[in-house]
Order: sequence, then C-alpha cells, then structure tokens
Amino acid sequence: MKEKKSVNIVSGKKIQEKYLRDEMMPHIFCNGCGLGNVLDYALWAIEKEGLDMDKTVFLSGIGCSSRIPGYIHADALHTTHGRALAFATGVKMANPDLNVIVFTGDGDCMGIGGNHFIHAVRRNLDITVIAVNNYIYGMTGGQVAPTTPEGHFATTSPYGNIEPPFNMSDMAKAAGATYVARWPVFKPHQPINSIREGLQNKGFSFIEMLSPCTTAYGRRNKFRRIEDLWAHYEEKTILAEDHDQIEKFGTQEERKALKDKIKIGVFHRETKKSLEQRYQELLEELK
Amino acid sequence: MMTDYLEKVKKALGPKKQFIHGDTAVCYGALLAGCNFFGGYPITPASEIAEMMAKLLPKVGGVVIQMEDELAGMASIIGASWTGAKAMTATSGPGFSLMQENIGFAFMSETPVVLANVQRSGPSTGQPTLGAEGDMMQARYGSHGDYQSITLSPNTIQETMEFTIKAFNLAEEYRCPVFVMTSADIGHMREMVTIPEEVETFERKKPKVPPEEYVPFGKGQYGKEKVPEFAPFGTGYKTYVTGLTHNEFGFPATDDQQDHDRLIRRQIEKVTDDREKLTDIEQRDMEDADVALVSYGLASRSALGALSVARERGEKVGYFRLKTIWPFPIKAINEMSKKVDKIIVAEMNTGQIYHKVKEYADCEVVLSSKIGGEVHTPNEILAEV
Repeated sequence: MKEKKSVNIVSGKKIQEKYLRDEMMPHIFCNGCGLGNVLDYALWAIEKEGLDMDKTVFLSGIGCSSRIPGYIHADALHTTHGRALAFATGVKMANPDLNVIVFTGDGDCMGIGGNHFIHAVRRNLDITVIAVNNYIYGMTGGQVAPTTPEGHFATTSPYGNIEPPFNMSDMAKAAGATYVARWPVFKPHQPINSIREGLQNKGFSFIEMLSPCTTAYGRRNKFRRIEDLWAHYEEKTILAEDHDQIEKFGTQEERKALKDKIKIGVFHRETKKSLEQRYQELLEELK
Repeated sequence: MMTDYLEKVKKALGPKKQFIHGDTAVCYGALLAGCNFFGGYPITPASEIAEMMAKLLPKVGGVVIQMEDELAGMASIIGASWTGAKAMTATSGPGFSLMQENIGFAFMSETPVVLANVQRSGPSTGQPTLGAEGDMMQARYGSHGDYQSITLSPNTIQETMEFTIKAFNLAEEYRCPVFVMTSADIGHMREMVTIPEEVETFERKKPKVPPEEYVPFGKGQYGKEKVPEFAPFGTGYKTYVTGLTHNEFGFPATDDQQDHDRLIRRQIEKVTDDREKLTDIEQRDMEDADVALVSYGLASRSALGALSVARERGEKVGYFRLKTIWPFPIKAINEMSKKVDKIIVAEMNTGQIYHKVKEYADCEVVLSSKIGGEVHTPNEILAEV
C-alpha cells in the first residue's frame, strides 16, 4: 500500500481566508469566467508547496487575467500592457530570493507582449508564468486575439478570423522554457500539479490555461452558455501522449480527426541553469 | 553611504582624477550614488553608459541586464526598484520615446528610478551621432496624463557625474523618476573629472509601522507628508502596486473623481511644493545686466562664450543657466526678468524652454535656436542682442 503523503489538506474556505484580499471583493470576473478557477488552482499549488507569502511577488500586465494578483494578499505589480515579464525580470534579477509568479493572458503575452515573452523565456529566469488563454481580448470587449482560432468571430473579425493563431505553449518551448504545460480549467488536479511543478522548477515555467470567456468570445462563437464552452474543451482537447500514440499507430480516420484537436498535458521538462544562477556565478568569479 | 561600499566603488572607478567623457561620468555618478541595477538597451549616443555599467556594476555586486528593447529596459528598472534597488537606465531620443509608457507607470506607482537621456537630433532616427536638446518638453510631458518630473541638465562632465548622484538622491527623496538630460556632445566630450572623497546619499524612507498599519499610498509618516513610505517587495508589507488610479491603500479606484484628483495632485505637489528648493541656477554678470542669456546644457557653453565676447565689447549682458529644468524655476525667471530689458533663450531645438521662459517673464523674450547637430557660435547668440 502506498504511504500517505503528509500534505496538509485544508478547506477551500481556509485557502480563501489565508490568501485572498477581502477588501478587493467582489471581483470583476464575469459569470462563467475561468479566471476564478485559475486563481484557485494557483493558490492550492502555492499552499501545497508551502510558499512564503512574504517572499512571493505576483506580477501581471493588462487584461482580465492581469487582475488576478489584486485578489491575492501579497506584494504585487500590476504593470503596463504586455510588459509584466520585463518588470518581472527586474524583480527577479534584483532579488533572486523572491518567488516570482506572473499572470498573463493570450493578448497580453502573445500580442503586445510577444517580444518580452520570447526573451524572458530565452533567458530562463526562475519564474512561473500562468498564461490564461481565452482566445480573445476580453477586457476591451471581444476583439480578435493572436490566439483566436481561424474562422472564429470577434468584434474586430466580424466576418471570421482570417489569421492563423499562435500556439502559446509551442512558442514557450521553442524559445527555451524549461517547463511547459497546457490544461483546460475544467480539470483541477492536473493544473494544480503543473503549477506546483512550475514552482519547483528552477527555471522558466510556462503553464497555459485554456479558460472559457462566454461574455466576449463564447456568445459570438456558438458557445452562448458556460456549459457549451466546457463541453467544447472536453471534446476538443486530447492528452499529448494519446495524440502522439494516435499519430503513430492510429487509423487514417483517427489521424485525420487529430487535426481539430488541442493537445493538453505536460509538453516539456528540462533542467537548465537559470539566469539569476548564472549571474550569481559571474559575481563570484569577479570577486 | 556605507563607507566600505563607497570604498569598493572608488576602487572600481580607479584614479581620483580622470579624463573621461559624459557617458562614463553618468556611470561614475550612478555607482557613487549607490546604483545597483542597470537595465537598458543599446542606442547611439548612450550605448557607452550600458557598456561601462556592464563592466563596472558586477564588480561591486550590482546587476546589469541588456533588455530586448527600451520598453523592457524601463520596465526592468521599475521592477528592480520595487525590491529596494537603486535602479537606472540610459537612452537617447528614440528610446526615450519608447520608454514613455513605463515612465508614466513609474510616476503613477511612485517608483524611484533614474534615467539618463543622451539627447540626439530628432524626430525619429534623426542624427544619431549629433547632439541636440530636443527632448526637454518630452521630459516634462512625454507620457500621457498629468505628472511632474524632476529634470536636471548638466553642462560639464564633472557636473554630469554630480547630477547623476543628485538624480538618485532626488528619486529616493521624492519617489519619482528623475531625468538627467545630456546630449551627444556632452556624452562624448572628455574633460577632467575629480571623483569626490565623500558622497552624500539619500535612502527612500521605509515604513516603521507594522504591515497591518501600513498605508502604502497614504500620507508620509516621518518624512515628507506627500511622499509615502516605501516598503520594498519581500519585506512582508504586501503592497499592491498598479498603474490604475488607486486609493491610499493601493487598490484600484478608477471611477471616483475625488480619488483620482487626490492621488494625482499629491503626486504633482510633492515635487512642485519644493519648486524653490529644487531651483538651481548659475548666474554670471547678472548684477548690472540689461540682457540675460538664458540657457542650459550644451548651449550654455556657447552662451558663456557669448557672455565674454559681449562683456569685452562693453555690452551689459548676463548669463543665467538653468541646472534644474523641471520643476520649472518660475520665481527665479520672473524676478530676473524684472531686472533686465530682454532675455535671449539659447537652446538646441526650435524653441522649447523658450516658451516656458516667455510664460513667466515680464520682459521681451527672444529665441536663439540652433539645430542640426552643431552648437551655437557665440556670435549667433549675440545676434539677438
């Protein structure tokens, strides 16, 4: 029989009391928004990892997801649109002892912040990035995003999006992230575990969360109700391992069906020296 | 500053007297002031600052990082400052334009940072290797919205070093970005500089109350009332810092007129209340002057030449150099203007500070403008007498 891990299981209520800022409630998230789940998973992961909240800094840019740090009782820097990772670079390099967690969205991270993103990844700073992908610019009312699927509708693509979207996790991996995972918000355990792994990883960890936005995205794309979007994710997502198996051994028909699927899971794990570590070594050499 | 750290810095800087250029002087001043973080992006004619910082800062345990662009350079120093670091960046016109967004964030979040702008001719790419003073208004109004900057303008290499030290002290004291405006000419001109024995430094005030009593954007408790105490990240105070309009607790308050009014006016007044204290003017031969040559930065070197030419001719000309540009020395300009018949503003742009002088002067004000990367000749300035 497996030995039980001595992890303190606390109630959701206690998580709330311990980590959330009462004075910031009620939150700004719409009904059916996945951001509450993402915040929840992050806090569970933080609780399980036992992070010292006096030594943890949350950063974000602009957008719905970037409002998350405001609800957490900790030091936080709610910065300019797309630039959270550049700010985070300053925080982490100036004080490597701080745990640095960044919340960003698909528009914030891949649109206006694309350049900061690839360079922060390339540097392999020891930070954890939770990128909430809802395929849309939600805060501004539903404009097309760099992640909006082709053919989907947004206020600035009223006849359907004609641009191919970015794959955020592929970008992270290609730029050199040392931990990359993607999960939809309707699965609680996997994202919590991935955020935990991300916090443990001494390098750039990227966790992409597929999160529903019924208000700005769903209602223009035949996902009017929350359950429509959840069902969509359930149907469209496939575990990366399963995907690869089908690609190798599946029938032609099964392989054809993969075209429309979104891969989920842990895509990449790697051990590499972080930038701060390399900088500390440089300082030692110069002493 | 802690003596052992200053000794370490002085050791890294080398001989007490050195023949260095303005960009190096910025670095020397920064280190002497206790700068321990530099984030930047290369740009002519400011790249030498990044290069020298890359060489010097690691020797004294500081952090240097070349970011992916100027937006990131500015962002990185704000992030570093929130951990308590004394952080700076350096750039020139095109980079200064890119930094404006996060400069606004630094004002809104009351983050102490220093920026050296080695000005070149613009707009756009302009004349990258040639000096200008075309960013003076940008240093005051470059980012959107209402704010008040502190901006210094040195005219010698020694002063460039000293003003960089001063900029760090003012940034710490007032909790806002401070700009040191040099130009390509100052940046690349070499002069003999004496590294000071002692350096007076100012450290931002930290809260003395426990976290539960700390009001991050409220009244200052034991320093200036309009400058709240600063709790660096990681010290348990759990500060929420946002570029949104916020209340005294730091929480968004975006739809209340009074919250915004209170916040912005306090942020502006914390500087303008000390306008007289921040005013810094060098005067020569002003006692009996009928004509005042108002200038700053590199143009003031030509104005000094013009002064001696005019005095040799027996003309009653005086020299009035602005060392602090922003907050604008309203009273000093106004009082001076009452004693002269005419003011000539010599500057290396098509007229920026000229308009401010005109706004507060009670006499005739004319502009002596020079652009294109060359300085005024003394006679060009005197042509306006």
